[in-house]
Amino acid sequence: MDSRRSEFISGVKAELPITLGVIPFGMIYGVLALGAGLPASVAQAMSSIVFAGSAQFVAAQLFGTGTPGLVIVLTVFVVNLRHMLYSASVAPYVKRLDAKWKCLLAYLLTDEAYAVVITRYSRDTAYPAAPPNRQWYFLGAGLTLWSTWQVSTAVGILLGAQIPSSWALDFTLALTFIALVVPALDDRPSVAAALSAGVVAVTAASLPYKLGLMLAAVLGIVIGLALEARQASKNDQRARAS
Amino acid sequence: MNVWLTILGAGVITFAIRLSLIALMGRLEVPPLVQRALRFVPPAVLSAIIFPELLRHSGPLDVSLGNTRLLAGGLAALIAWRTKNVLLTIGVGMTALWILQAVLLR
Repeated sequence: MDSRRSEFISGVKAELPITLGVIPFGMIYGVLALGAGLPASVAQAMSSIVFAGSAQFVAAQLFGTGTPGLVIVLTVFVVNLRHMLYSASVAPYVKRLDAKWKCLLAYLLTDEAYAVVITRYSRDTAYPAAPPNRQWYFLGAGLTLWSTWQVSTAVGILLGAQIPSSWALDFTLALTFIALVVPALDDRPSVAAALSAGVVAVTAASLPYKLGLMLAAVLGIVIGLALEARQASKNDQRARAS
Repeated sequence: MNVWLTILGAGVITFAIRLSLIALMGRLEVPPLVQRALRFVPPAVLSAIIFPELLRHSGPLDVSLGNTRLLAGGLAALIAWRTKNVLLTIGVGMTALWILQAVLLR
């Protein structure tokens, strides 16, 4: 099997477990968008044009309350601003690709695809001498998530209000993120980054437009960096003393 | 603004955010500080989504034993830490939430 195909397939395989958490999320979005008064065609189109779960939730709710379009676009911008961090994070690994690949992979760069792709890419010890064709891994993971999202939105639209809210299916989103984050907390700076970001997010949750989320993320990153720098200087001193 | 135009605008702006640094970084060198910071992006961003979901799902801060999402989420975190298994984490977390809701909220 050539390496493009095997990279693509391992990307698909790595993404599949994540889709379990995404399917209910997509269905709930479909249900919620119809409930907010969006026509089925618009609800489905938003899943392929915007392709960003939490932003779509917020946008659908805002449509429902008659918010002006410009405000909705601005809100989507703020909610999705965290993807700029992901963009920066994957950029070193895709910088040798041509513009077409970059655009395609950027379109597929969601929370769930990013988490899978970056786990694999940061394990590649050969970096920066990148293994050939590993963009196909990214494509496999991204397209798997994309298809899941389109189909689960459609199912949600079809089922409409038949799913009782007592099933609490929206909780699968938090569970998916827990499954992605916790195993990656393998040293003190990353634990500190996660805990501090979490505490700030809870404290600032009432700020509008998910600003609390951005504030929390930035503070978490700064604290992680500071702790890492302190550990490094301690290790230096110890090395010099011995 | 028309609904379709709004969705198109939201899509373009989302795509522009995702492409931004992918497109720029081919031309610029990444400063070492930024490279070190990137490792903390996933734990910081995802925790900032998880914590409010567990601790103030219905609005106000709730750290009581009646908070079913906090208990189920805590159990899921334990499973994730011990097994690193995504499916098992989601399955156990969801089952725990349903059981807790049935027991505590009746």
